[in-house]
Amino acid sequence: MNAKRKDMIATVIIDLIVAIVVGILFFLLAYILIKGLPHVSWSFLTGATDSFDGTGGIGVQLFNSFYLLVLTMLISIPISLGAGIYLAEYAKDNWRTSLIRSAIEVLSSLPSVVVGLFGFLLFVVKFKIGFSVISGAIALTFFNLPLLTRNIEESLSAVPRSQREAGLSLGLSKWKTEVGIILPVALPGIVTGVVLSAGRVFGEAAALIYTAGQSAPVTNFADWNPMDAASPLNPFRPAETLAVHIWKMNTEGLASNAAALSAAASAVLIIAVLLFNLGARVLGSYLYRRVTASK
Amino acid sequence: MEQTNFQLKKQDTQSQEWSKRLHHATRATREDWIGRGISYLCIGVIILVVASMLWFITSKGIATFTQNHVSLWKFLSGTDWSPSQGKIGALPMIVGSFAVTFAAAIVATPFAVGTAIFMTEISPNKGRKFLQPVIELLVGIPSVVYGFIGLAVVVPFMRHLVGGSGFGIISATFVLFVMVLPTITSMTVDSLRAVPRYYKEASLALGATRWQTVSKVILRSATPGILTAVIFGMARAFGEALAVQMVIGNAAVMPKDLISAASTLTSQLTTGIGDTIDGTLPNNALWSLALILLLMSLFFNALVRVIAKRGQLKHER
Amino acid sequence: MLKQYSFDKTAVQTFDAQTSLALKTEDLQVFYGTNHAMHDANLAFPKNQITALIGASGSGKSTYLRSLNRMNDTIATVTGKIWYHGVDINEPNVNIYEIRRHIGMVFQRPNPFAKSIRENITYALRANGVKNKTELTERIEKSLRGAALWDEVKDSLDKSALSLSGGQQQRLCIARSIAMAPDVLLLDEPCSALDPISTVKVEETLLELQKQYTIIIVTHNMQQAARISSQCAFFHLGHVMEYTPTGTMFSNPQIPVTQDYISGSFG
Repeated sequence: MNAKRKDMIATVIIDLIVAIVVGILFFLLAYILIKGLPHVSWSFLTGATDSFDGTGGIGVQLFNSFYLLVLTMLISIPISLGAGIYLAEYAKDNWRTSLIRSAIEVLSSLPSVVVGLFGFLLFVVKFKIGFSVISGAIALTFFNLPLLTRNIEESLSAVPRSQREAGLSLGLSKWKTEVGIILPVALPGIVTGVVLSAGRVFGEAAALIYTAGQSAPVTNFADWNPMDAASPLNPFRPAETLAVHIWKMNTEGLASNAAALSAAASAVLIIAVLLFNLGARVLGSYLYRRVTASK
Repeated sequence: MEQTNFQLKKQDTQSQEWSKRLHHATRATREDWIGRGISYLCIGVIILVVASMLWFITSKGIATFTQNHVSLWKFLSGTDWSPSQGKIGALPMIVGSFAVTFAAAIVATPFAVGTAIFMTEISPNKGRKFLQPVIELLVGIPSVVYGFIGLAVVVPFMRHLVGGSGFGIISATFVLFVMVLPTITSMTVDSLRAVPRYYKEASLALGATRWQTVSKVILRSATPGILTAVIFGMARAFGEALAVQMVIGNAAVMPKDLISAASTLTSQLTTGIGDTIDGTLPNNALWSLALILLLMSLFFNALVRVIAKRGQLKHER
Repeated sequence: MLKQYSFDKTAVQTFDAQTSLALKTEDLQVFYGTNHAMHDANLAFPKNQITALIGASGSGKSTYLRSLNRMNDTIATVTGKIWYHGVDINEPNVNIYEIRRHIGMVFQRPNPFAKSIRENITYALRANGVKNKTELTERIEKSLRGAALWDEVKDSLDKSALSLSGGQQQRLCIARSIAMAPDVLLLDEPCSALDPISTVKVEETLLELQKQYTIIIVTHNMQQAARISSQCAFFHLGHVMEYTPTGTMFSNPQIPVTQDYISGSFG
């Protein structure tokens, strides 16, 4: 009897816990969307920020976030592909490999503010590049590399050995086998990982405050020459992203309607992250179906 | 007899041609050299990044002690943080960081374990279809959004509830609790799912109730995994910068209670590093805080390894 | 009760100078770490014949086979000589990719690439520099005909290879190997994952292929060895015990261990 009673009580408590957790999430989402969405308009999404009090639109920040994301991915995908292939194919099972794995683990567990400070020290203080898109993109790359590398290695290693043997037995080089045969099979997993990491990169702020900077100079969206100072593509201009913008509005909050604007910007950020999550699932399963031909 | 057959053959021109053909470098050999080069280069870049990160932050971090000759003990135990006047006692930030980290982990663990039990044992179906995506979504929410909610909801709420400014350790704890909850939950779910089915079946077959089975069999054999999950959560809480910085009040004083403004290592770094000049004591002192962060992250990492090794030993026995 | 057999008493045939040989191993030994998996294998394989390697599982027959095209390089230490066209291809400075082009291999489980049927054949060819469209088309048809698959797939070359049945997949793997125009074809229990009808098809294919290729096949199925091979080698616990013409092996085995294995009273 006693045991049964305990069982019942425990079940009730656990149900309650789950209800609270679900409640918190719904509150979070509902709060941001209800407070924020009414302020989201086309002019908010594309308009410029008032440089004095931070009111106005988030057009430049939104562009910066995407530009940084693209640059970060352009740098980090090739490097982590190579590193992932190294770990899946070339690394022998010895102390050197386990040291390399530990190093990657350390990098992935470093707080993003430390990664950001390192970027600041390297690019802003030592190389004197200043707060810039490129500094931010490289700092985000540092932060993104370990996750992406591990994801790629796992996806590659999950491909059956027999596929590798098939390639090698035909006289293909290890490299050709890995790139031409294993990689396409591993692609669904890799793409899912890349898109999920894109969501993480998109929302990251701590690593960017002192690398990409906290100002979003108004850029001339008619000038697409990356060499021009006013061009949005210029990699050496400072670039406050959407996430940094939210942080800044809330810490220096000069605007009277900072809360509403932050809610609106947060809503945009969350919707973007949601889309990345959803995109990862849809794209991953679509590619999986294509690769396994189970149409 | 056939030995001579082959040796004779070896000398004829045909076999020399074959020898050339089979020893010659081909496109495949070149590809392999290039491929090897590329992948070694990539892994080299990552190693270089890690090594230089450790090197730069360490050398910057110890400058306070080697160049400004501040004693390490005074730095760790001093409670007065006013770097511009040469006083750099880091204890307030250290206490702040540990306080919010432990508090968040203590609050979050029961919630995480409870949710994980629900997802794996009580209602696996709902768990997979509904809670799993919910948890994944929570992991993905950027930390500035958590900070914003903390600022807009938690801080005013605490102000009403207990008075004061609302900024402080308790608000930071609450925000961090929500942030580490999904991390701990999803890793706990993994470790509960890894418990062999027959453990559970054997226990239920012996007439144990579900709760007895969960608490005495499943949770016990998943303990190393849950511990790892909690440490991961603590590492995330310890290193979180912006969300904490937005709600803790950022006063570099020893926290008197849970509801007055305090600061953590990360919040002090975020607010301070832009205002100091490279090479000066105030700047070096901040790098020393960063070094503590780095060392703690290495420590959490090592702890996870130790637990993993212990867990493995147990299973082998 | 496991019967003990002496490893000293073996019956391994050799060939005279008139027989042209495709491949020959001299004192081939394989070690997995400290595990001595293959002892002094001295076998010669006549051209354009099917040689079957038989024996219980764990006897070392697959290990031996995989050493012939250096597929064991990364997991084992292989010593001794492998003569191919007068060249010892077990030397470290030999181009292993070139060897594998000449000595093809088909595995136990069908392992087609996750590509179209066409690409399964052409991928390795193109990687080796065959770019000419008409030549590729010719090779596709020739190799698929060689593997007796052409009639079944000629209208669906762009379908994924994974949509084929197990038996068709295995024949595609054979086609993929012979498209590289090898000399020697190594098959590692190619029918063990197939149903009887597919097995018959693969066997017919092999009998046809021996006109152009030297075939070495590992099989656990003695009837299969009897049906298709001309020479037969019996492996026991990492030793080659008997190597004789297949007729001799099955009607008049030379040593006790083979006798017991053939008659089914083994061990």
